Amino acid sequence: MDIERIIFWVFAVILVFAAGRVITVRNPVHAAMHLVLAFFTCAGLWLLLEAEFLAITLVLVYVGAVMVLFLFVVMMLDINMSPLREGFVRYLPLGVIIALVVFSEMFAVVGVKYFGSDVIAIPERHGADYSNVRELGSVLYTDYVYPFEIASVILLVAIIAAIALTMRKRPGTKSQNVAQQVAVKSTDRVRVVKMMSEEKQGSSVRD
Amino acid sequence: MIALSDYLTLGAVLFALSVAGIFLNRKNVIILLMAIELMLLAVNMNFIAFSYFLGDTAGQVFVFFILTVAAAEAAIGLAILVVLFRNRRTINVQDLDRLKG
Repeated sequence: MDIERIIFWVFAVILVFAAGRVITVRNPVHAAMHLVLAFFTCAGLWLLLEAEFLAITLVLVYVGAVMVLFLFVVMMLDINMSPLREGFVRYLPLGVIIALVVFSEMFAVVGVKYFGSDVIAIPERHGADYSNVRELGSVLYTDYVYPFEIASVILLVAIIAAIALTMRKRPGTKSQNVAQQVAVKSTDRVRVVKMMSEEKQGSSVRD
Repeated sequence: MIALSDYLTLGAVLFALSVAGIFLNRKNVIILLMAIELMLLAVNMNFIAFSYFLGDTAGQVFVFFILTVAAAEAAIGLAILVVLFRNRRTINVQDLDRLKG
């Protein structure tokens, strides 16, 4: 039992436990927290597979952004959980059966018979001078440059869609109209009134 | 040493768990979105395992794009969820039957 195998099994057990908790806990905040744990352990497994850049990206993008967004939404919405849980026990046997069927079907394809270590050889580990980021970047910016730009457009669409969906104009709120503020002229603000000068009040009357 | 089949089996377990999660929590949209994220994670695990064992970087590039699309999907899905809750005061899937004839 070498250290690599120990790391793999520890991380695999934690990952399966966290995934199981995500789908069974009652509180959605706890589910989100267990999903964070699942992402972290998965990043550890990806490090074992020499995908360092994607492991760090998973932690930064998923744990740092997506899961925080999930937590924000869960905490922002005032959800009554009890009607959302009904049917859990009723559908438990069906869910377990379907999960077992899905798993056994997939295991029949991806199991030891076709993808075991004697069928597909375990590759040699790269040396310390190997850079996964350089390897990925050299492919990403040459062969996959158009998909890369499409991905950036997809992110832009996501930003615009999220803002456009959630922005709302409430009546009665006081907000600034920046276009009007910029287009204002001096004649709109200052009015010059022509009139006679008035006598100074106070001292001139008393004398 | 760890064989490719170990990683693929772990991905299959993860995928089966998230399928079960969709069946068990079929009324709670938030948990459904989390189960979808878990499914994408299982798929990514397979991609990276194949990429490592076959010595091809294209698998990792694909995972990169899946991460991008999944982030966009989560952002838009949660925005839709917020609008839904604002209008209906519920996120129960069974109450969302306004389009039913």
